[in-house]
Amino acid sequence: MKLIEDANQQALTRILEGEPRLIDIVPARQLIPGLRERMILHAGPPISWDRMCGPMRGAVAGAIVFEGWAKDLPTATKLAASGEIEFHPNHHFGAVGPMTGMTTMSMPLFVVENARFSNRAYCAINEGLGKVMRFGGNDASVLKRLAWLRDVFGPTLGKAIRAAGGVDLKSIVARGLSMGDELHQRNLACSSVFLREIAPWMARTSTDNAVLAECLAFIGQNDQFFLNIAMAMGKAITDPANGIRGSTIVTTMCRNGTDFGIRVSGLGEQWFTAPVEMPEGLYFAGYSEKDANPDMGDSAIVETIGLGGFAMAAAPAVAGFVGAGAPSEAGNFTRSMGEITVAQNPEWTIAAMDFAGVPTGIDIRLVVDSGVVPVINTGIAHREPGIGQVGAGVVKAPLACFQQAIVAIAKDLGVS
Amino acid sequence: MTDQDRPQYQQLLARKVEVVNVGLEGFVKDLRDCDIGVVHVDWKPSAGGDPQMAALLAKLGV
Repeated sequence: MKLIEDANQQALTRILEGEPRLIDIVPARQLIPGLRERMILHAGPPISWDRMCGPMRGAVAGAIVFEGWAKDLPTATKLAASGEIEFHPNHHFGAVGPMTGMTTMSMPLFVVENARFSNRAYCAINEGLGKVMRFGGNDASVLKRLAWLRDVFGPTLGKAIRAAGGVDLKSIVARGLSMGDELHQRNLACSSVFLREIAPWMARTSTDNAVLAECLAFIGQNDQFFLNIAMAMGKAITDPANGIRGSTIVTTMCRNGTDFGIRVSGLGEQWFTAPVEMPEGLYFAGYSEKDANPDMGDSAIVETIGLGGFAMAAAPAVAGFVGAGAPSEAGNFTRSMGEITVAQNPEWTIAAMDFAGVPTGIDIRLVVDSGVVPVINTGIAHREPGIGQVGAGVVKAPLACFQQAIVAIAKDLGVS
Repeated sequence: MTDQDRPQYQQLLARKVEVVNVGLEGFVKDLRDCDIGVVHVDWKPSAGGDPQMAALLAKLGV
């Protein structure tokens, strides 16, 4: 159908022509008009408190205490259940967030600008490993770290990013792919390259050596630091490709721990959801499948632009880490994702695939026709609130989302 | 199978047989167990065999 092919070409061009730059770190309330008191943005498609999973509820309670809307976690939980807290997806406000994806007014957010289309997208700062809010953690140590990110780290790194005139992200991703990252469960190379670029600017702009050392160490000790920057980049790249009538290209994939949701360019802001699946993977010592929560997070935005599970061939070590088989099998994931995408990205190539570009532009027609669904590399959260990460694995997007979208776009185009 | 075809058929089976298996992978193991060379082609009907969805996809240009 020519209308669809032309629309998909336009959507693909917009994705490939994106020029994402990290330009600042700013408190959320200054970036997102409408983000106010007693309002929380979360990962995934829309969801109400009564359908939220354990870690999401734990994170909500922690975010409420963090913002000072309740004095302790039990009071916060009652407040959340009372209906007095507004919940909205990050995606409705130009933002994304990993795992539980909490975004509230005082949290500092990365700002990524897509210079080609003059749009911006946001993501909170990665908290590191261990007990963290993105995995449902909410105790005093979690809130103390968030306060440090808000009061010390965010302003320090933001000043350096501004002084540097921003940081080009496409080139960091290209180098990371050649150094063993797939940008979802492995961000070691990109985090290191980012630190190499920004450290001199942090040194030039910092007035306190102790703070500088603390901030440099925080980035240097967190292998996943770059993930949140990559997520904001993914959102900044895909947003201009949304809303092209007739296009069957996926512009959003995300999960809230209960539902998996997609959005498709030709269908604008409409969500297509189905129950989210359980990741298959490896567990940290002392944990097993019975502890795991179904998958969650806006981080699947990186698969939406051809990274993560789609770029598994770039990161054979990740295949073992997420329980996806032998390192030699990593290429099968990338080849398989090539069956459901319309192009390769010539700027992001994989040496182990003879420098083929990462598979880009998921076409819902190809997914439903082949039955091959997107694979997403993911962290696994404990099902109870407040505990945190218990493993890492691979999860498949539910086919039902794509089938619903096919029916909807056929209706929109008058095809029956 | 007609009598006219039979000589050709017998001639075929008289040689070493090599098989291309399309679709259901279960046949591959049986053939390999019989020491017969087999190449598997991973093929599924469009839309998992759902005729309405397959018809819709055909109209949408797959």
